[in-house]
Amino acid sequence: MRAVSSLVVVLMMVGLSYAGGRIAVLRPVFGVVVPYAAIAVFLIGFSWRVIRWALTPVPFRIPATCGQQRSLGWIKRAKLDNPATVLGVTGRMALEILLFRSLFRNTRAELHQGPRLAYGEEKWLWLGALAFHWSFLIIFLRHLRFFMEPVPAFVGSIQAVDGFFQIGTPVLYLTGAAILPALLYLLWRRLASPQLRYISLFTDYFALFLLLGIVISGLVMRYFTKTDVVAVKQYAIGLVTLAPTVPAAVTALFFMHLGMVSALLAYFPFSKLMHMPGVFLSPTRNLANTSRMKRHVNPWDYPVKVHTYQEWEEEFRDKIIAAGLPLDKE
Amino acid sequence: MSESVPKPSELVQINYRPPRRDWRDPAVEFRKGVFCYSALPKNLTYLGLPNPREWQPFDKDWKLPPNWKQIILDGMRDRLARFRSFRLFMDICVRCGACADKCHFYIGSGDPKNMPVLRAELIRSIYRRYFTPAGRVLRGLAGGRELTEDVIKEWFYYFFQCTECRRCSVFCPYGIDTAEITMIGRELLNLIGCNINWVIEPVANCFRTGNHLGVQPHGFKDSIEFAVDELEELTGVRVEAPINRKGAEVLFIVPSADYFATPHYYTLLGYLMVLHEMGIDYTFSAYASEGGNFGLFTSHEMIKRLNNKIYAEARRLKVKWILGGECGHMWRVIHQYMDTMNGPADFLEVPVSPVTGTRFEHAASTKMVHICEFTADLIRNGKLRLDPSRNDHWNVTFHDSCNPARAMGLLEEPRYILRSVCNKFHEMPENTIREQTFCCGSGSGLGTDENLEMRLRGGFPRANAVKYVKDRFGVNLLTCICAIDKATLPTLLEYWVPGVEVAGVHELVGNALIMQGEKRRTTDLRGESLQPKEDEVHA
Repeated sequence: MRAVSSLVVVLMMVGLSYAGGRIAVLRPVFGVVVPYAAIAVFLIGFSWRVIRWALTPVPFRIPATCGQQRSLGWIKRAKLDNPATVLGVTGRMALEILLFRSLFRNTRAELHQGPRLAYGEEKWLWLGALAFHWSFLIIFLRHLRFFMEPVPAFVGSIQAVDGFFQIGTPVLYLTGAAILPALLYLLWRRLASPQLRYISLFTDYFALFLLLGIVISGLVMRYFTKTDVVAVKQYAIGLVTLAPTVPAAVTALFFMHLGMVSALLAYFPFSKLMHMPGVFLSPTRNLANTSRMKRHVNPWDYPVKVHTYQEWEEEFRDKIIAAGLPLDKE
Repeated sequence: MSESVPKPSELVQINYRPPRRDWRDPAVEFRKGVFCYSALPKNLTYLGLPNPREWQPFDKDWKLPPNWKQIILDGMRDRLARFRSFRLFMDICVRCGACADKCHFYIGSGDPKNMPVLRAELIRSIYRRYFTPAGRVLRGLAGGRELTEDVIKEWFYYFFQCTECRRCSVFCPYGIDTAEITMIGRELLNLIGCNINWVIEPVANCFRTGNHLGVQPHGFKDSIEFAVDELEELTGVRVEAPINRKGAEVLFIVPSADYFATPHYYTLLGYLMVLHEMGIDYTFSAYASEGGNFGLFTSHEMIKRLNNKIYAEARRLKVKWILGGECGHMWRVIHQYMDTMNGPADFLEVPVSPVTGTRFEHAASTKMVHICEFTADLIRNGKLRLDPSRNDHWNVTFHDSCNPARAMGLLEEPRYILRSVCNKFHEMPENTIREQTFCCGSGSGLGTDENLEMRLRGGFPRANAVKYVKDRFGVNLLTCICAIDKATLPTLLEYWVPGVEVAGVHELVGNALIMQGEKRRTTDLRGESLQPKEDEVHA
């Protein structure tokens, strides 16, 4: 039900963007006003959220340790899974962000007769997530060729690697081929597993449908219809140089793509998609396990009511004497 | 075992299919055996905690303060501003579900709200509704829901059905730590007087007497002396166990169960033997007579209030450094909170082993060393004379206690010790040990009898892994370094894997340790014959 309603909302957005591309008076609105507004919302919202996290203190050093600590010199320590140095933390974070280290640990618990609990390998989520995120990043970088003139060399290189196999015309990008199945897998598992269906909210499906819409419209433009790339680039350059124009050759299909990208940008800061910057700030991952080695200061620390030794001695004086234990105050 | 608990064959019929209705419906049923009783008003009053009153979770009216909703929302606002962990973990979960079957309570109960993701969503839905722009406007569509009394009841049910073991955090791609969320959740519940007696009574005892059990100075002295006498009977050696002695080099802090419960008690005997044999100049404290800290299961403020006595006593007794016994959550507090809360410990020295000269640089700031670190160093340097064959009646496995594993990484030290003091040692399956270790199911103050069914459910994954090594290798002893484990695992194993006993690591050290001047040892520290196996063979 939540899946259906979020699909309906996304389809409505598609329809609206399509109309925006079709109806002449709406073209400047959907081609200029909406994208600019979306970018503004994205930049302000994204920064606001990140700044607010950054300004919120980390009162205690609470890394989740996933390997042997640094203690006695002769015990081999887990430098990445339980880092005690800045270098180690950097490595741990790099593994986490670039390769999804924690997700790679994933297992599936199964209860068999006996009873016997078994923990099977479960790498599909990791693989699907990795395929999606890396493809998305590369596709995003490839798109810079529309926004920059001259096209930076690294964009060309990425493009060359991505289209390495030279299949078809236009050349099939590996990321283009990977991102769609990856997204469909992520959607499928949400719908297929009763547990995931139970926990999934409207917003979980919404993000997936939005991304699917963006990807599908992009793929259609590249592989199935003729898109005037020169006009698109003219439009994109206009946007970034703050001299927006909407060339007549830019199609309604492109407006659908653009509309969903705008929706994603505007939605981003208010959604779970903020896990992207958030993962960098996670205190269980980005702190070194030096909790006993170095003092960590809590900025909002305040005095609390305690039961002092003197109070304790006073309260149990007779018993302390009876037990023959020494007193501070005779 | 209580009669109300179903048989293992019934308990294991676990239904993992979630119900049809939306999880945001907060209705919960407080069924006998799966929840803990409320805190007694006298304990709340003693501690100065809000809303002391007579009530029980199964009552319809929880007698909340009239402005409870405001208190909760203000409490959330305050904590969102003070804990980056809380704010971030409210914001970034994508509900991928990787954590779901990592929780022992979910595996053992099948209740979908025991999936860590949903446990957090219980608060997150309120956060979204009241603290995010999208939720304020779109309400349910943005995943929010109204804060009602039923939500509070649901929080109580599920935040006292999480042992803060952090296993889910290991698997979370963003490191979202349900222990943080449960800790904050319980803090919020404490603001309106919704807490459990199994936590609050130890807290009140600890605040007053210095330990959870409420043992007063003379009782403490008696217990320690009893152990000294018993050791003399077992070994022929009389050890010293000074209390509140000023000027000792080391202050030794243990969980109170070590001197008041079995099988913890045998671990205490083991400590006393090692410290005597190495001639350590140390003292116990009758004031700081508890390393454990049930404040951790109450609020951050309460952690600090209870933990204060450790440094205070170290300062008063003018020791150089502190040694700590085998305890799980105690070490979470000491490792990750003590220095920040009650430090700096600049009046102490960086711990140095007086026997081996090893400087414990990793404890340079906190100045407190784990007994397993200390003993492993002794063994490595050949300082302990050990006869592992005295543990031959045990076939041993090791249960990593949650906090030393996932909040410290104390994994190899106990294993090194065990391999040195016993001949038969087998690991449980790798998905159930080290950082992936399964909780005993009774941690974080949930180890009470009225909660037995839920404890047995939560402990099922651990027990099942024990069963595996019992069936495969004939393991008959589960060792661990946590007082709550030692208190609750025997019940768990008796239910799921009869025939496996529970012991601390230092109990086995004590068995194996050859002391100067000792008499011929015919029994282990439990007083059981060292050769029952051979007798069985002859019979």
